[in-house]
Amino acid sequence: MNETYDLRSEAESHIEVHKFHAGAIVFTLVIIFFLQAFLPQYFHSLAILDLPLLVTIYFGLSRRNPSTGLLLGMAIGLIQDSLSGPTVPFGLYGIAKTIVGYLASSIGARLDTEHPAARFALTILFFGVHQGILVLERRILLAQPEVWFSLHLAIAALINAVVGVFLFTLLDRLRKPS
Amino acid sequence: MVGVPSRHKSLFLLGAMILLQVMMLAYQIRRDSQGRLLRVWTVGAISPFERAGSYGIGGVKDTWGHYFALQNTSRDNEQLRHENDVLKLQVMQLQSRVSEAERLERLLNFRQAQQQVPMLGARVIGWGADSGTRTIYIDRGEHDGVHRNMGVITPDGIVGKVIESFANTSEVLLITDKDGGAGAMLADSRIQSPVGGTGEPLLEMKYVANDDDVKVGELAVTSGMDRIFPRDLPVGTVSEVKPGNPFKWIRLQPAANLERLEEVIVLTTLQPLDLKKDTVAPDANRTAIDDPAAQIKPASPALPSTKPGTQKPGTEKPAADKPKAPTANR
Repeated sequence: MNETYDLRSEAESHIEVHKFHAGAIVFTLVIIFFLQAFLPQYFHSLAILDLPLLVTIYFGLSRRNPSTGLLLGMAIGLIQDSLSGPTVPFGLYGIAKTIVGYLASSIGARLDTEHPAARFALTILFFGVHQGILVLERRILLAQPEVWFSLHLAIAALINAVVGVFLFTLLDRLRKPS
Repeated sequence: MVGVPSRHKSLFLLGAMILLQVMMLAYQIRRDSQGRLLRVWTVGAISPFERAGSYGIGGVKDTWGHYFALQNTSRDNEQLRHENDVLKLQVMQLQSRVSEAERLERLLNFRQAQQQVPMLGARVIGWGADSGTRTIYIDRGEHDGVHRNMGVITPDGIVGKVIESFANTSEVLLITDKDGGAGAMLADSRIQSPVGGTGEPLLEMKYVANDDDVKVGELAVTSGMDRIFPRDLPVGTVSEVKPGNPFKWIRLQPAANLERLEEVIVLTTLQPLDLKKDTVAPDANRTAIDDPAAQIKPASPALPSTKPGTQKPGTEKPAADKPKAPTANR
């Protein structure tokens, strides 16, 4: 994952590709996974947040490189799998976040995703895609019953989108000045 | 990726990565493996940060809680001290209540076992002011049918006799007083001899010939000859025996705890009685007395009312009105 790598196509040259300071992504991932594992211990309701997904979306939208996005998503997903205990097989979150990373960078390459409203809507969209892929995996690959939709998931999507808007603004500070 | 158009490269990569992970999933399910090594690596990489964070937050919380957020601690401490004092007092009161309940239970058991014997529960309300005499005051008097020369006992043994009866109070002369005493006999040898007080905690058994065999630890019971106490009530235990002139010198430890009397029973008849022996055995200490709830006057509002008018029929009648108990063995 080369933070300065840029794969913009000529057709998409009008959309800015953001570069990050060296180690910013790794540092962000460490912090995010620490918070994801740590916060619910003290604030149980914060377990509803999927911070790794938000980071996947953010870096996908910012880097606008599908290959980088899907690889970063896969790495984040596999780390999440490995931290989720033995009940979650390797690849469950990995596949979901690989696809989300790919979609986010593909969309980011075609749209301007800097506006908070766009970020809010895209986060809800990707949360739904992520959840849908998880349900498919559980139902098809693992033969586990899983609901497609619930009120809890809808609330989780909204909360993650709201948090995402603020988190993305915070992560914008890690960008190199253009 | 030779031969793959660059615009499809990422799509190809996506497919490859998903296929790889699907195969990994399938492998785990088939082999029932959970990729322990990868988990160990990942957890090993993340856990130091978690541990550091946990210590850090714990330290901050601890520092804040113990050094800065102390504005209410003094007040809380004061309140807790007050609560502690109140609780200590409550514990003492409850212990006292438990002790009282145990005593009353024994009284009740004794009373139920001796239903044919007219008796009356009474509470000790004071001790004689003269240190030379050993008397107590009880909260029963003439209005309750208590008269002079009535016997006063506890489930443990005899206490003394009523020497003065007032309207609602009576004075009881303990058997340990110099003028106190009772007709007694040794339970095993059946040697009869009066037992008298010495003005000290111990009793003295008089007039036992030097030839008679008396052992330390032997129980003395009432003989019934004094026409105050029924036969076979515990009087005391022989604690010391010496040869004397012309009689043995015998000391007895009173069966009833005369130093700590709180509730007693007044035998409301002057007629000879016959108590059931099984309820007055020496360490039947732990078995006996009367209907305390109905008969003992309350010392505190917590106890049920025991005014004569509210007492159970038959438990308060003066001795003269009571049927006499069988007087066999007399």
